[in-house]
Amino acid sequence: MTLALYRIDDRLIHGQVVVGWGQPLDVSFIVLVDDEVSSSDWEQDLYRMGVPPQIEVIFSSVEKAAELLPGWESDARVGILLVGDIDTAVALAGRVPQVKRFNVGGVHHRTGRKERLRFVYLTDDEAAKLRQLAARGVEVTAQDVPTARAVPVGEFT
Amino acid sequence: MSELRGVIVSHAAVAKAMVDAVTAITGIEGVLTPISNEGCGTAELGERLREAVGPGPAVLFVDLPGGSCFTSSARYAKQGGADIAVVTGVNLAMLLDFVFNRDIPPAEAARRAVDAGGKAIRVTSS
Repeated sequence: MTLALYRIDDRLIHGQVVVGWGQPLDVSFIVLVDDEVSSSDWEQDLYRMGVPPQIEVIFSSVEKAAELLPGWESDARVGILLVGDIDTAVALAGRVPQVKRFNVGGVHHRTGRKERLRFVYLTDDEAAKLRQLAARGVEVTAQDVPTARAVPVGEFT
Repeated sequence: MSELRGVIVSHAAVAKAMVDAVTAITGIEGVLTPISNEGCGTAELGERLREAVGPGPAVLFVDLPGGSCFTSSARYAKQGGADIAVVTGVNLAMLLDFVFNRDIPPAEAARRAVDAGGKAIRVTSS
């Protein structure tokens, strides 16, 4: 099959991802791309605990993901790729032309960010980066759960 | 030693409802603090935990053994500096036992909670 979902979510692996998206997509693997988590066995154990044993979890740095992503895309199984922030999404899309879409699933409040949607808070700089990503041909939408409407980047940035 | 506190960490309003239920059943207030992950990312959830736990000691009662509530709680227990234990799969039975048995260290209270909560899970069929 392929990577069915490229998602930006600062909670990384959590219920919305594993159950909300994982069930309807019948996901068999989750790729978590995060330089910090990929270098911490303890953090990886934490995230694995939230995933049923039949779903494989792959932890990767951005650099390694750029190398391995074509293989994940051609995997016979269905997978989800997760990043925790917009900079990581931009870095990955910049290195791998196969990245054609990103779902903004959860970027929460922090100092300097403004509410764009109930589950999306962005600084002006982050909003601009998402628009630039879209201008490069990546489809950027915001959608927390599959039953919600996919909001085009122009409507929330 | 400060008094042992309980902090319930959940999705949506589960934690608040559990605190209300414990108060309704026991009349005991001020021992349990509810935290929801509603609308907050990892950093803000960590801040909510810091405010609720204070100097500790505390037991964090988390709804699921995985996900943002759990990862934030486990991370805070490891890095927060207070004496903290984490229990997952919170249910009302373990909380009712906890509020009456807090003169013990967090790790022991956590084990006791798991025992009390586990015993409350049964199947009744005709």
